[in-house]
Amino acid sequence: MTATRGHFISVTINGRPTDFGVSANLSLLELLRNDGGCPEVKLGCGEGVCGTCTVLLDGEPVNACLVFAVQADGCDVTTVRGLAADGELNDLQDMFIEHAGSQCGFCTPGMLLTVTWYLERHPDADREELRRAIAGNLCRCTGYTKILDAVEAYRDLRRGDVDGD
Amino acid sequence: MATDTHTSKLISLLSDAEARDTPVTTPAPPAPPRPAPARRPNGRTSPVPHRDFLEKVTGTLPYADDWSFAGILHGVVVRARVPCARIAGIDVSAARAVPGVRAVLTAADIPHNAISEEASGLGIEQTVQPVLAGERIRYDGEPVACIAAESMVAAVEAAGLVDVEYEDDAGVFTIDEALAEGAPSVHPGGNTYVTYNSSIGDVDAAMARADHIIEETYQTPRVDHAYLEPESGVGWIDSDGVVTLRVSTQVIEHARALAEILELPHSRVRVIAAYMGGGFGGKEDMTVEPYLAALVWKTRRPVRMVWERQDSLLARQKRHPFRMHYRTGVTNDGTIVAQDIKILGDAGAYPLLSSRVLFAGGVNSTGPYKCLDARMQSTAVFTNTVPTSAFRGFGAMQVVFGYESQMDLIAERLGLSREAVRERNFVAQGDIRVTGEPIEMGCGTRECMHRALEELGELSQPVNGGKVGRGFACSMQPYGRSMFFTDRASAWIGLEQDGTMVIRAGVTDLGAGQAASLANIAGEILGVTVDRTSVHIGDSHLTPLTGGTFATRQLYMSGNATVKVATALRDKLAPVAADLLGCEESELEWINNLVGVTGDRARSVTMAELSRTAENRDVMPYCHETFHAQAGEFNPETGQGQTYPDYTHGCHAADVEVDMRTGEVRILKYVAVHDVGRAIDLQRVEGQIQGAAAQGIGYAMSEEMETEGGVLHSNLFANYLIPTSLDLPDLKAIGLEVHLGKGPFGARGIGEPPIGPCGPALASAIHDAIGIRMLRLPMVPERVLAAIRAGRDHSVPGPAKQDA
Repeated sequence: MTATRGHFISVTINGRPTDFGVSANLSLLELLRNDGGCPEVKLGCGEGVCGTCTVLLDGEPVNACLVFAVQADGCDVTTVRGLAADGELNDLQDMFIEHAGSQCGFCTPGMLLTVTWYLERHPDADREELRRAIAGNLCRCTGYTKILDAVEAYRDLRRGDVDGD
Repeated sequence: MATDTHTSKLISLLSDAEARDTPVTTPAPPAPPRPAPARRPNGRTSPVPHRDFLEKVTGTLPYADDWSFAGILHGVVVRARVPCARIAGIDVSAARAVPGVRAVLTAADIPHNAISEEASGLGIEQTVQPVLAGERIRYDGEPVACIAAESMVAAVEAAGLVDVEYEDDAGVFTIDEALAEGAPSVHPGGNTYVTYNSSIGDVDAAMARADHIIEETYQTPRVDHAYLEPESGVGWIDSDGVVTLRVSTQVIEHARALAEILELPHSRVRVIAAYMGGGFGGKEDMTVEPYLAALVWKTRRPVRMVWERQDSLLARQKRHPFRMHYRTGVTNDGTIVAQDIKILGDAGAYPLLSSRVLFAGGVNSTGPYKCLDARMQSTAVFTNTVPTSAFRGFGAMQVVFGYESQMDLIAERLGLSREAVRERNFVAQGDIRVTGEPIEMGCGTRECMHRALEELGELSQPVNGGKVGRGFACSMQPYGRSMFFTDRASAWIGLEQDGTMVIRAGVTDLGAGQAASLANIAGEILGVTVDRTSVHIGDSHLTPLTGGTFATRQLYMSGNATVKVATALRDKLAPVAADLLGCEESELEWINNLVGVTGDRARSVTMAELSRTAENRDVMPYCHETFHAQAGEFNPETGQGQTYPDYTHGCHAADVEVDMRTGEVRILKYVAVHDVGRAIDLQRVEGQIQGAAAQGIGYAMSEEMETEGGVLHSNLFANYLIPTSLDLPDLKAIGLEVHLGKGPFGARGIGEPPIGPCGPALASAIHDAIGIRMLRLPMVPERVLAAIRAGRDHSVPGPAKQDA
């Protein structure tokens, strides 16, 4: 970028603190994709509607296209790659494979983060509550049915794990 | 093993493949055994996931915009924001002066400024579409310049400084305006781009004999594909001076068109297709490719281009709005005796694939119903609006709304049930279509209808105090390209020395598992598991060409090519294996990365051993083969001939609740049933059915690109409403296996057909609930409420139906 990098910020991305010099109008999405080494954060609409660029900012889901990079200064950002160690799958990812919750895969990173956040707060959510929870993440391939199958399976696994503790 | 050995299973599969040209007079061949599903190592029953699934859930799959190069330039397209004008001049001096700008190209800079393809396959005269408009603007959003700069900021700044001087020009923005006497022409030669006529029998005489004539006009909207991945890619000049693009595209064969635009030899342009974040036909025509190629060629630098969502909505091609006039003659018992159908499709400002779409719409307009006195006419009309082209269903889906609404009207007029009228008229194998050709393969529409209605069970209860109704609609949609294209696809398979398998095929992967299905098919024949298979796809220079992924053709085409090449390789290696094992070739069993002797578990060799031994004996462990689709001829003058190799039949059924105060329609239950012939991977089949149904429901209920005077109003995701999770119920998808198709193992294509029945099924349900028939899609609350307030049935003369 030739624009001035007038602001120095520190963002912890998937547990790794990193410093950046950014212009005031740079979005968090652009920062993550271009300088942050996070191509897994996808651009879908750039207007905050599709949810494709969802990341967790200090644990809360945001559309990264609507957040300025400078607003993330001092924050933790979690992308889909922060859900499991490299080369491993967590149970939610495994359930998405098992139930074919992914087709083209473009909405998947954002979808997984929204679901992760929601089930942490609502571990017993039923299917209709889960349907509402993912309403901000558009998917054009699956019709959502298999996504909800995957999410319910994950909820059950997760609950089983908690009960077993 | 059971008495039925694996080898003999494969032989029966092959004999089925060879018997695909079964004449209609012979019964369909017996069902081949289903391919054995692979097991996951953890013991779960679903198939071993192909790598693409792992990469998608971990976010590591490199899509078109996830690649970069050191020193890459940023490309943008500059678009006209008037729908119709003459260009008096373009001044790019200020844009070129912006620091960091490396190229500003206009029409004069494009060596051969034409996107040319004889798209119809039937010799329709070409209408030239410029890469960059230089003389006239024909639609809002038409590209006039493209820019490459060191930064996105500089590129966008320069785009704002491109100064185009426009002179007002008269335009036509609707089909009616375009066809009016003395209307301005979008292109020389008038606004009718192409008309197809087909007829059989004597329609006028048959119509005169009919007891009733049911006549109605139906309208469908202009809609956007709205895949989540925007049009994107990177381009660079590779070694040997090859202009190389890695883009999100359904068709790598566009490399040839790009070479012609740049006036380069075909061998100097290479297109690599990344895995797509959805395509649905919207990446079948070129999107970023010509602009990227021109900027790379001009700057000799790598260039990246991503279209903004708003540009994509504004100016990338849409689905044709159709206006369909149906006149159907029936006897008192509900038998259709005459059909007279006229279809007008809005092609927008340039042809693209309109000739094929209107062809598909016309020849499929009678649906799964027999009629020996039928006539159809379909016409593509130019207007000064965004061009329309391919979109899942491709003309054959719009007409489902026409023919299924007609069937409901017939039932209503005659006081028969909707099922009974359909039962009486369903086509069967051997019946003659409007094009004079017989239907070759079995037709399972009836079975799909019964299953769909049975699956819905008792009528749903209202959840919000509205009126509940049930509807359904059947369809018969083609898969595979029109037969006069003499379609073909090639594939290459080789075994590495460690026994792993490599498949090369030029197929592009839309996200529907096109690559994975090739691994499954080859694995079924050679016994190599998916985790030991690599599939290289979508490279116009390095993979054998298969033709693009469209027309629900890849399973049929590259699937069959894979069957053919895998079989050839197995036959080539069989003598070596038999020699190693001391058995007859007919005793060999290819399974789980081993070649063994059937019935003798102790005797086997690994694929690695076989591969190395074969190579040592100079039997090279690889093969290349080409599959040729069934070819046919069609005469556009007479409208008679062969159209499509085969069809996929289906029925969707739904319960809806209509809120009488707001006009909102809530879908309570939805079932989609299709005869898939043979499901290669049932889970992916269900996924295709559900996804197409969701897209069809959006088409039916909420999606419409609204234009006014050629200016598009729906240019944001915020006002172009595709279904969210809250707009859809669970979609029950059922893949029946009633009649074998022409795909590998008897499969039928499923990518497109399930998008057709949604609109008419929901319109039927709304009518059942409130006695009002919606004749126009989408059935948004405003339209439903207006119809309720008008207080009457809009379609049928006489008193409105009072209740469900």
